[in-house]
Amino acid sequence: MLSNYEVYQLLTDLKEQRKDSGKNKHSAGQQNLNTIMYETLKYLSKTPCSRQNPETVKNFLTTMVPHKLTKAEKLQLLNHRPETAVEIQLMVEESEERLSEEQIEELIQKVTDVLPGDPEQEGSTPSNEAEMEEGIDQ
Amino acid sequence: MFVAVEMVDTVRIPPWNFQRQFNEAIAEELNKKLANKVVYQVGLCICLYDITKLEDSYIFPGDGASHTKVHFRYVVFHPFLDEILVGKIKYCSQEGVHVSLGFFDDIVIPPESLQQPAKFDEAEQVWVWEYETDEGAHDLYMDQGEDIRFRVTDEVFQDTSPTGPSAAATDTSAAPGAEGGQKKEAPYTLLGTISEPGLGLLSWWNS
Repeated sequence: MLSNYEVYQLLTDLKEQRKDSGKNKHSAGQQNLNTIMYETLKYLSKTPCSRQNPETVKNFLTTMVPHKLTKAEKLQLLNHRPETAVEIQLMVEESEERLSEEQIEELIQKVTDVLPGDPEQEGSTPSNEAEMEEGIDQ
Repeated sequence: MFVAVEMVDTVRIPPWNFQRQFNEAIAEELNKKLANKVVYQVGLCICLYDITKLEDSYIFPGDGASHTKVHFRYVVFHPFLDEILVGKIKYCSQEGVHVSLGFFDDIVIPPESLQQPAKFDEAEQVWVWEYETDEGAHDLYMDQGEDIRFRVTDEVFQDTSPTGPSAAATDTSAAPGAEGGQKKEAPYTLLGTISEPGLGLLSWWNS
């Protein structure tokens, strides 16, 4: 399974490569690749993965270890960056049995701290987030 | 949402591409063949992930091109069952709500999987969730272009390979009388549901 971030990275690199070697991307055969790359990049750039990098993904997986989530659940949390308890309940199977309310809150807190959010939506100052990340790494 | 699928294929490089870097020529041919195409029972192919193994290249009599068996991994859009996805409402019809992800359009949420009770407004061609609270009923419209969160419940692959000549003959004699053009079947369709708390238009749940 690939995370949205990995695919986003792959497509951005491919786009850079094709831009440099510019001569043949408009030939008839390449049109399909151009179309799918453009549409997929457009879709992914509006999701949280466009703001991620390898360290945030690694940090995220480390902080998720104590919660014992399945691979599919961690992937969904990484791709969607849920901010409410309702979203967590959708992505984590049988969350009422496996997680208490405090644990769900803790999960939301970790997700919103480790994964970068949409700067337009949030008003929190960057210095706060940097302090929180250091705390979690320790 | 995406998977890296291992595939094996024989790639033909025509002689006029022999001066190019071999790996690049192979990558271009593979992308030309698979990008933006649906492979039956696999999913929608996006782009090449990497090449894992190149076997020996052969040239056959009568054809100047080289043929190479290539083992590679391709990025494929294939959401797993019960995955949560966010898309945009394309349009509503009697069959349900049609959702699009931009790069993939054939997603349908059938009427029975909508938040109940729901009704179809014929005048505006839009599905409506009749949300009951103590104060009274609110009509929540599912308008075109709205972001919608849904869960994948089923996938349908249809083999759209061309049929043989005998089947084509019976089709052409029966069809033109019935309808103007044959309806094109989508090779890959996803069925979704929004009948759970948290699913549906994003604006319904963001307080």
